Formats: sequence, C-alpha cells, structure tokens
Amino acid sequence: MEFLLEGIWEGILLVLRADPEVMTASWVTVRVSFGATVVAGLIGLPIGWALASHRFRGRGAAISIIQTLLGFPTVVIGLIVYGFLSRRGPLGFANLLFTPTAIVIGLVILSIPIISVFTMTAVSSVDQRARETALTLGASSRLAAWMVLREARFGLIAAILGAFGRVSSEVGIAMMLGGNIKGYTRTLTTGIALEGMKGEFGFGIALGVVLMAIIFLTNLGTRILQKS
Amino acid sequence: MKFPEWRAAKEASWRGFFAGLWLFVFLAAPAQAAPAILKLATTTSTYFTGLLEWLNPPFEKQHNVRIHTIAVGTGKALRLGENGDVDVVLVHAPKAEKKFVAAGYGVGRRSVMYNDFVIVGPMADPAKISGIGDIATAFRRIAAGGVVWVSRGDDSGTHKTEAAFWRAAGLDPKGAWYRSLGQGMGETLKAADEMRAYTLSDRGSFLFFSARGKVDLKVLLGGGKELLNPYGVIAVNPGRHSHVRYDLAIKYIRFLTSPDGQRLIGAFRLKGKKLFHPAAAPPGPGN
Repeated sequence: MEFLLEGIWEGILLVLRADPEVMTASWVTVRVSFGATVVAGLIGLPIGWALASHRFRGRGAAISIIQTLLGFPTVVIGLIVYGFLSRRGPLGFANLLFTPTAIVIGLVILSIPIISVFTMTAVSSVDQRARETALTLGASSRLAAWMVLREARFGLIAAILGAFGRVSSEVGIAMMLGGNIKGYTRTLTTGIALEGMKGEFGFGIALGVVLMAIIFLTNLGTRILQKS
Repeated sequence: MKFPEWRAAKEASWRGFFAGLWLFVFLAAPAQAAPAILKLATTTSTYFTGLLEWLNPPFEKQHNVRIHTIAVGTGKALRLGENGDVDVVLVHAPKAEKKFVAAGYGVGRRSVMYNDFVIVGPMADPAKISGIGDIATAFRRIAAGGVVWVSRGDDSGTHKTEAAFWRAAGLDPKGAWYRSLGQGMGETLKAADEMRAYTLSDRGSFLFFSARGKVDLKVLLGGGKELLNPYGVIAVNPGRHSHVRYDLAIKYIRFLTSPDGQRLIGAFRLKGKKLFHPAAAPPGPGN
C-alpha cells in the first residue's frame, strides 16, 4: 500500500519538477495519440456515418467485420505493421520502423474500428425525422447529412475521446513499432513497461499518474469546448 | 434553425477541421532530425544496468551522432540485424553471432567485454548446489531436487546458454518445475524471487536487481570458464542492406574497442561494483 501512495506522490512531484524524461515521454504520447486520433477520425467518421445512413449490399457483413475488429489484439496489429515496415517488408524503403510515425500507423489501425462503431451508433440513434425535415425544408442532401451529424455530435465526440483514451494507454503497438527508444519513441506506456521490468514500481506508477492526467485534461478540455 | 445558421456552423467547423489538420501536420512532422542516427539493437543487460548511458554519450558528442538504442534479447537483436532494421548489434551469444556473420548478415565482429553468468536461487538453497564446481552436476541436482527453475524462454543469449547447460547435463527439462517465461532478465529474476526458484542470469543484471533490493536471491554458482559471458559487437552487412549506416556502425565498433572505450567499460560501476570487463583484442586475423 505504501509504495502505491509513494508512486502517486512521486508522479505529482515529477510533473511539478518538469522531469525531462517524463516530459519527453508525455510529449511523444500526446503527439502520437493526437496524430493517430485525427487520422483515424478522418477515416472512421465517414465509415461510421456511411454504415449508419446508407443501405447497400454487404452492409451487414461490413458491420460485422468492423465490430470484430474492435477486438483486434494490439500485439497482432503490431506484428502485422512490423512485417510491413521492416526493411524486409513491402514498405521497408520508407524507413519508418522505430519512429513515432510507425506508432501512429499502428494506432490508426487500432482506432478506426472504435471511431467507426461509435459513430455508426451515434448517427443511427439520431431521429430519422431530423434528416427528412431538413430535406423537406429544401436542404441539399449534404446539408441534411450535416444536420444529422450535428444532432449526433455528442456521440461523435465520445467516439473521438474513446479512441484517444485507447491509443494513449496502448502499449503493445508502441513497444513493437516504436522500439521504446529513449527521448524519441518512448511513450508513457512503454516507459511504464520498462520501469516495471526494472522493478521501479514507484516511477512506473508515477508515469501512470501522468498518463491519467493527460487523458483527464483532454476530456475536461472537450467538455469545456462543448459547453462554449 | 435557419440555413444561414447551418452555413455558419458548417463554415466554422471547416475552419476547425483545417486548423486541426494543420495542427496534425505540424505535430506529426518528424522531430528535429539529429545530423545522423545510428540504430543499435542490444540486450537488456547492457541497457538496464546503465552501461550504455555511460558509454554512448561521449561517442555521440564526438561524432555528432545520436544512438537509438533498442533493448531486446540477443535473439531478437540479431533478427533485427538480419532484417536490416538496425545498423549495429551488441549481443552476447558467441555461437549465434558466428552464425549471423557466416550467413552474411553481419560483418566486422569484435569482442567488446565480458562478465559471467551466475546461477541464482533462494537464500536457503534447497537443492544444495552452492559450492558445486561442476555445472552439469548442479543442473542435475536442480532437476531432481523438487525445486522450481525459471527460464527466460525468449531465445536471448542467456536462454541459449541455459539450454546448452541442460544439454550438457544430458537433460531435457520438462514439467511443472520448469517454467519458461518468455520474458526479459528483470521479469525472470523477479519471477524467480516470487516463486522461490532458481534461474540463470548474467552477473550484471543480477547485481543491478539485487543491489537495489528488488530480489531476495543469492548467487549460488558463478565464475569459471564455463560461465563466461562474452559480448560482441557486429555491424550489419551493407552488402545485404545498402541503407544501413555502415560508416557509423564501424565508427561505433572502433570506439567500443578503442583504448578509450575499453577504459570507459572498465570504469563503469553500479553501486560501486564493476559489472563488465573490457575484452577487446586488437584487430587482426581470426577476430
């Protein structure tokens, strides 16, 4: 019990002292998580929207597939992307393995299903009449779609935040594709894994506290934005 | 709600979208690239103990290089070299290193340093192996002694050495007493500690973990030729992977084996204890 409390206290001290190792790991974490969430959003939101508001052949299969992908183990994503990015893989020429970009690629794959499924649910739950009303009022179909998305915005924000929380707390992908290089690809989670390996429980928990603080601040910021 | 409002909202969100996109491009742009990057795959024992953080900065400063260290087991490190995903490897498994060079994946192997392996176990030593001169006998006693053995099980240099000891003892360890973890040295030592089990460790890692009170285990067997743990450094063959920074790899190898590098290795201390002994022979045939 004592070392848990010490860890939490140490975490607060590390942030107050702006410990350089914690700061760089936090910055890498924020950077890759933010980048991955934005890219996954650009892909996942349209997918979710299309699945919710269009009827087409294979839609059921597509939904099943994307819902199954929600359970895609991160180590498997890591392995597959590793296979692609390794110098022996098809994308090896790009020299991306063990860079922050490699982590972003893995995290994008991880979060697209999350955003798609959440978006689909959010858009589906919007009353169909909203769209119909917009259309009868003379809105173009694009404008009507916009109207629906506006109605579903809380669900969409939840989709984005859910993805952000997932990618920022992920460890397998970051470890395999980033290589846990100090000051370059070491994220808070791979740092925690390393400290755990070294038996430095206090410092590991401290990094965990910092990670939770980042996720908390992101959520808080979003809520403030929503209210304004 | 009227159309102009929708439009305003739409425009505002497009602005938000572009601002976000701009921010993303800005954030995702590669970090300020250091002049040159050398990718080094190495084992956990050189990394955790802090040796590389002691050894690398002088080299980085002198040559304006940044070393990206990827700390994995020896097996994985060699695989990364084989695939051309790193430029140089610093590992400890002489046989696997020879194969790596013979297969044309690596060139210019040099011995760098050594320490030794130790067999560690519970303070009470229920299998009574303390003081046994012969490793094979010790391993047979552990197998027959009703105690638990924890194996790295991760194809690391330490795991390969352990497997060779079991073979030499004429045993094929199997059963509930033999627990293969598939994890690094730190986890393995911690697991051995929790399970009151025996395991094989390099002395550096063991000192690192025991010096800080993380494990309650004792060195029961150590020293001697059989337990020697030599480290070698190998450049990834540029003939196979034209993109590797062979020039930097060679500079790094020269640095490690230079009198300066060797002095640094010998001067490294953890809690006042010497962990690695310099062992670079001058370059020449057979090296």
